[in-house]
Amino acid sequence: MISHRKTVTAWLLLTPMIVMILGVSGYPLIKTIYFSMTGAKLVAPDLTDSWVWFHNYVRALSSANFREAIWHTTYFAVISVGAEVVIGVMVALLLNEVFVGRTLLRAMLILPLALPTVVNAMMWRLIYNPDFGALNALLVQLGLLDAYRSWLGDPATALDMVIIADVWKNFPLVALIALAALQTVPKDLYEAATLDGAGMWNRFWRITLPAIMGPLSVALVLRTIEAFKVFDIIYVMTRGGPASSTKTVSFYVYQEAFAYMRVGSGASYALIVVLISACLIASYMYLIRKHGEA
Amino acid sequence: MPPSLAKKIAIYLGAALLALVIALPVLWLFIMSISSSTHLTTLPLQWWPDSPTLENYRSLLIYAENSPSQSFLYAIRNSIIIALAATGLSICAAIPAAYSFSRLPGPGRKNLLYAVIAIFMLPPVALVLPLYTVMSALGLLNTHVALIIVYCSILLPFATWLLKSNFDTIPGDLDEAPIIDGANRLQAIWYVILPIARPALGAAVMMSVLLSWDEFFYGLLFTNDIRSKTITVAIADLAAGRVADYGLISAAGILAAVPPVVLAFFMQKTLVSGLASGSVKG
Repeated sequence: MISHRKTVTAWLLLTPMIVMILGVSGYPLIKTIYFSMTGAKLVAPDLTDSWVWFHNYVRALSSANFREAIWHTTYFAVISVGAEVVIGVMVALLLNEVFVGRTLLRAMLILPLALPTVVNAMMWRLIYNPDFGALNALLVQLGLLDAYRSWLGDPATALDMVIIADVWKNFPLVALIALAALQTVPKDLYEAATLDGAGMWNRFWRITLPAIMGPLSVALVLRTIEAFKVFDIIYVMTRGGPASSTKTVSFYVYQEAFAYMRVGSGASYALIVVLISACLIASYMYLIRKHGEA
Repeated sequence: MPPSLAKKIAIYLGAALLALVIALPVLWLFIMSISSSTHLTTLPLQWWPDSPTLENYRSLLIYAENSPSQSFLYAIRNSIIIALAATGLSICAAIPAAYSFSRLPGPGRKNLLYAVIAIFMLPPVALVLPLYTVMSALGLLNTHVALIIVYCSILLPFATWLLKSNFDTIPGDLDEAPIIDGANRLQAIWYVILPIARPALGAAVMMSVLLSWDEFFYGLLFTNDIRSKTITVAIADLAAGRVADYGLISAAGILAAVPPVVLAFFMQKTLVSGLASGSVKG
């Protein structure tokens, strides 16, 4: 009886959340799946529905432009998250040492994190400006560059420049998580290893990295999931250009559905993105179950 | 064993480099914001304005019809209303849900929690099309209500999760005692759990406000004019405007960054421990 009442209470307390989640996420997700098999248009989507089965998916997967967008997104995610993890761990190791100004420096890490994504994108767009930007001025005045360049206007550099802006904003997140993990590593482990003659490099690979691997891998997957959604920074910095060189999948879906008004095929693109994200989310779930319940 | 001199030098060099990398871009944004647009478009670029000016801030903050200040101030207002309402709504639903997940576990609930987290991580493009058509059918496009509702899809799973992992750290006897004495669950939550969990509640509120303030994708698609455009959309509009007044754009960026940066510094400890605990346990 008691446990039955507890079960009823448990579900009653969950009800407001479940209702809201079903309304704003559950129903839309199912409707997106429905849309993806129709030829729905953004104007009056329910009047122009026509069932097309998997036609949208076939077209999406055979589209060279869409495959290119998947490649850009993967490149963006791998390079930016990779750089964030490497820089983040290095910064965490630095902040784990004792020195004057350490507290201030750790507080400064909050600044990029708290800066709104759109402001960050706008700030770097101004810095990269081809005619009056600070980057060009700095490099030319230092003699490192002969003439001003259009960093975001050149398909060869645009995506990398966007990645730099993204790394600047997000490496502090990895650094703070790695630092919190580092502070749980017992100091005598290092002393013992030093006595045994292990060098700095050895100590890092044998002691430090294994000790912070759990939280670090969670941070890595979280950042990858985020990076795969990337939209804001692309929209503000390049709008997918030049020559589609920075067009990512989220931007592609946005264009297909809201610029070309093709909701049906836009939904099929979106669901392919969801499938890729789902693999990442599943590995995240695996990690938190492993580390959270051990 | 005291660190060697070489190590000390390396540490201070690294610290100086890190400080520069973080500070310089933001410092430059600030310098641009107190420069006139003619100064910023003079070559070669000078790194400090001859006559620093607050003109850019003035033209954003002193209200005038059909000026940048009109769209800017309306956008600030819209963002505040939407962030507070979406946060309030999400927290109200998240508290009982987090309590249920933490105190009354059972078959199905565990998987439901993971499903909720998975939904939080879905790319918004997965949901935006139906949300758009529904809001359009209900006549809610370009209103605060649309974004308040839609933002719950981001804030609610996040707040539920954050609160649940905090409630887990509160000893179960504390709220079982009043329940045995005849109090109901809602009373136990209100009188026992929430006072103890106040720091976590503060963190959940702060993070939710930050997430709403930062949101751009839904804001871009669901709003059209000053009645509902949020601050991120207004900034993107300014940055893409035909008349590129770099000083004005920078000032708008600085002003939009002040509330979240102040909030984050103010609650630094909670933020960092929240990040850390969120990454260590599920």
